[in-house]
Amino acid sequence: MSISLQHISKSFKTVNAVNDVSFEVKEGELFGLIGPDGAGKTTIFRILTTLLFADKGTVTVAGFDVVDDYKEIRNHVGYMPGKFSLYQDLTVEENLDFFATIFGTTIEENYELIKDIYVQIEPFKNRRAGALSGGMKQKLALSCALIHKPKVLFLDEPTTGVDPVSRKEFWEMLKRLQQKGITILVSTPYMDEAELCDRIALIQHGKILQIDTPQEIIKHYPKKIFDVKADNMYRLLESLKSYEHHYSVYPFGEFVHYTDKREDFNPQELQQYLEAKNHQNIKIEITKTTIEDTFMELAK
Amino acid sequence: MKNYNVIEVENLTKKFGDFTAVNSISFEVKKGEIFGFLGANGAGKTTAMKMLIGIAKPTSGKAQVAGFDVFTHPEDIKKNIGYMSQKFALYDDLTVKENITFFGGIYGLSRAKIKEKRCELVEELGLGDIVNELVGSLPLGWKQKISFSIALLHSPTIVFLDEPTGGVDPITRRQFWEMIYKSANNGTTIFVTTHYMDEAEYCDRVSIMVDGKIEALDTPKNLKEKYNADNMNDVFLKLARNSS
Amino acid sequence: MKRFIGFIKKEFYHIFRDKRSLFILFGMPVAQILLFGFAITNEINNVDIAIFDKSNDATTQEIIHKISASKYFSIKQHITNEAEIETVFQKGKVLAVLVFEKDFKKNLTKENSAKVHIITDATDPNTANSITNYISAIIGSYKMEINKNVNLEYQIETKSRMVYNPELKSVFMFVPGVMTIILMLVSAMMTSISITREKELGTMEILLVSPLKPFQVIVGKVIPYIFLSIINAIVIVLLSIFIFKMPIQGSLFLLALESVLFIITSLSLGILISTVSATQQTAMMISLMGLMLPTILLSGFIFPISSMPLPLQIISNIIPAKWFIIILKGIMLKGVGLAFIWKETLILAGMTLFFIALSIKKYKIRLE
Repeated sequence: MSISLQHISKSFKTVNAVNDVSFEVKEGELFGLIGPDGAGKTTIFRILTTLLFADKGTVTVAGFDVVDDYKEIRNHVGYMPGKFSLYQDLTVEENLDFFATIFGTTIEENYELIKDIYVQIEPFKNRRAGALSGGMKQKLALSCALIHKPKVLFLDEPTTGVDPVSRKEFWEMLKRLQQKGITILVSTPYMDEAELCDRIALIQHGKILQIDTPQEIIKHYPKKIFDVKADNMYRLLESLKSYEHHYSVYPFGEFVHYTDKREDFNPQELQQYLEAKNHQNIKIEITKTTIEDTFMELAK
Repeated sequence: MKNYNVIEVENLTKKFGDFTAVNSISFEVKKGEIFGFLGANGAGKTTAMKMLIGIAKPTSGKAQVAGFDVFTHPEDIKKNIGYMSQKFALYDDLTVKENITFFGGIYGLSRAKIKEKRCELVEELGLGDIVNELVGSLPLGWKQKISFSIALLHSPTIVFLDEPTGGVDPITRRQFWEMIYKSANNGTTIFVTTHYMDEAEYCDRVSIMVDGKIEALDTPKNLKEKYNADNMNDVFLKLARNSS
Repeated sequence: MKRFIGFIKKEFYHIFRDKRSLFILFGMPVAQILLFGFAITNEINNVDIAIFDKSNDATTQEIIHKISASKYFSIKQHITNEAEIETVFQKGKVLAVLVFEKDFKKNLTKENSAKVHIITDATDPNTANSITNYISAIIGSYKMEINKNVNLEYQIETKSRMVYNPELKSVFMFVPGVMTIILMLVSAMMTSISITREKELGTMEILLVSPLKPFQVIVGKVIPYIFLSIINAIVIVLLSIFIFKMPIQGSLFLLALESVLFIITSLSLGILISTVSATQQTAMMISLMGLMLPTILLSGFIFPISSMPLPLQIISNIIPAKWFIIILKGIMLKGVGLAFIWKETLILAGMTLFFIALSIKKYKIRLE
């Protein structure tokens, strides 16, 4: 096991930030911690990177205990905190060079590892980090976290505040890093990114809701989900919620995700009900379950 | 009901020196519509929105918001719009009640009116005792719902939402969108700027800005068909890739 | 060691790229010294005075001549009766009236003592005080002259006031104070801000998770500022010597050693501040309110400690700047050696040890 947490709890004054959390990440795995802001993701990262003590439980990273062997861990992990923590007044190259130096290495020595990330920002290597776009900052921060060839990489919300193009590229980079044998723990509030991980832990209010592969998590969703659409979204929601057999009704983009209490639900019946309520252009179709549906079901 | 335009923009342009942040954009937004205004960081959407809410003067072009011209009547625009941003929403060190009173006050609502609105709000959101708690101690989801309600306090024609639901848990987010649908249903126009593409899926129509220009403007459904994409994220990726 | 040097290099990049801190570092010392040297001064120039000479003899004529010949005073008016004193003051024409008693020369030669009244407009007490001192000095020097020819010693007043600063140059008094403030500002405020900036940016998290030892992080942060503070101290001393012609009476080596001690005191205070503040803004506020104000007000720099109420006198003892100013004045103005300032030095060293111990204890190797 590359990372192992056993019954971790952590409170701040009155807030129970992390509540009896356990999970394990295998060597070379890309593991996602998926949950909204305030779920406890950052606290878990800080415990794993030896920045915080857990109140209860044991944690090992790369085989080292986070309390007793914190110095060893600090040599073997790469950490990219929530905000891209770069020196805004240093240039791209100076930032990278600085992080290489404090980890006792040089850019040349590990260039191979960061090459395909760094080449994208290398044309701007003399630009100050503060003047970079969000996507470029993210790439530089990742390069800095990788420069000492860590065994385990911790990425706390690396894609927050970054445009979709950069997000997509970022995940592609992570996949390539994984192939080089680096264990990666990544957190994100975006449910759609969950499917890009090998395994995920859904987390809310400091508690783990479920841990599995994204496919298994989706498979275990107990209901069939239907996309429902009509002209007036607000009225549609109201009608569906007052339908006696409804189990859950959530707006989902241009549709409403609807589930029914009955096992033998016939969409035709719902169609008739909605028509009776004067809805126009009604459309009801069975649809694929997403991680987000599962999350809402578990968090209910 | 949705028959007249509350925002009309024609060739609106904003230049900072040599740099053209907003390059001759044109669009209309109808009353009661949920309009998504999308674009990557730095595409110019913040600048465009600042012009629409009357805090930045356009370089050239025409724009009318809530019936007022952005060049000549920016102060009237401000009275008729609501604004909510994820970065700044409420004062953390005031209670919910004090926030409501304060924001009601700056929009010139009378004491009685504020009280009436506050009671409505408490009931609608199920606030209960929370009204007397400091905003800072509330979960993010609550803050967002409350600040949206506060943006609606003076019954504005249009509400501008700046990246309203980033990072919120999925259930709260749905509740938030239900509130948006409700006020749109009541005739309030909703103008959402965001770079989170999944928020775009909830809008009636979306425009996508790339490098200061509007590259696409249609319903999410039509855009997905046109670009042969599964979701708005892919639409955006295809558009952005073409541009660079 | 390479890690450490890399760290220090980065610190210098920060300092030299931030226009604001560069200005505080190098603009402030020069500006403050010049400000205190030229603008805020107790020196007087061409002050208008009136003379009420009741005896009008050769001696009083000579003294009046000496006074009017000096660049400090110009005699605006001669008055002839007591009532007029009140009037000239009320009209604000003069700031002082000099009253020679009747039979001045006769009293001086026969009774070895003659009286001059110096009446000053004390609405501005500092100026009034200076005027009195200046006139006394002029009369004093005149008496010295006449004493050479006479066997009898005449009474001379306020000699001690002028021993260490015969021309009463106020800049000499301000230099030790300004130097103290600058060193405090640069060392304490700048270090605390630079450490909290890393916290705010989130880079502190990365540094803590790196193999750099927390001790190295702190020392690395501090070294550039030690270096800059020393440069500052040198600039201040050079300015005072070459622009204000201030003589440094004591040993320059001792001065340097004491300055380094005080710099370390301030730096340890800076680190201490950074351990309790989470943002640059807080660090700045604590530095200004907690360090700068007491340093300016209670260290004896502007207001003499001996004239403060007792509680403040007691509080002034815990202000490091007070001891450093005593040391500086000792070395710069009196030219004393360690033998005379060992007590102050020891107090300062003790405080430094205390602050260092406290900041090491407070400094967190984790985030809590």
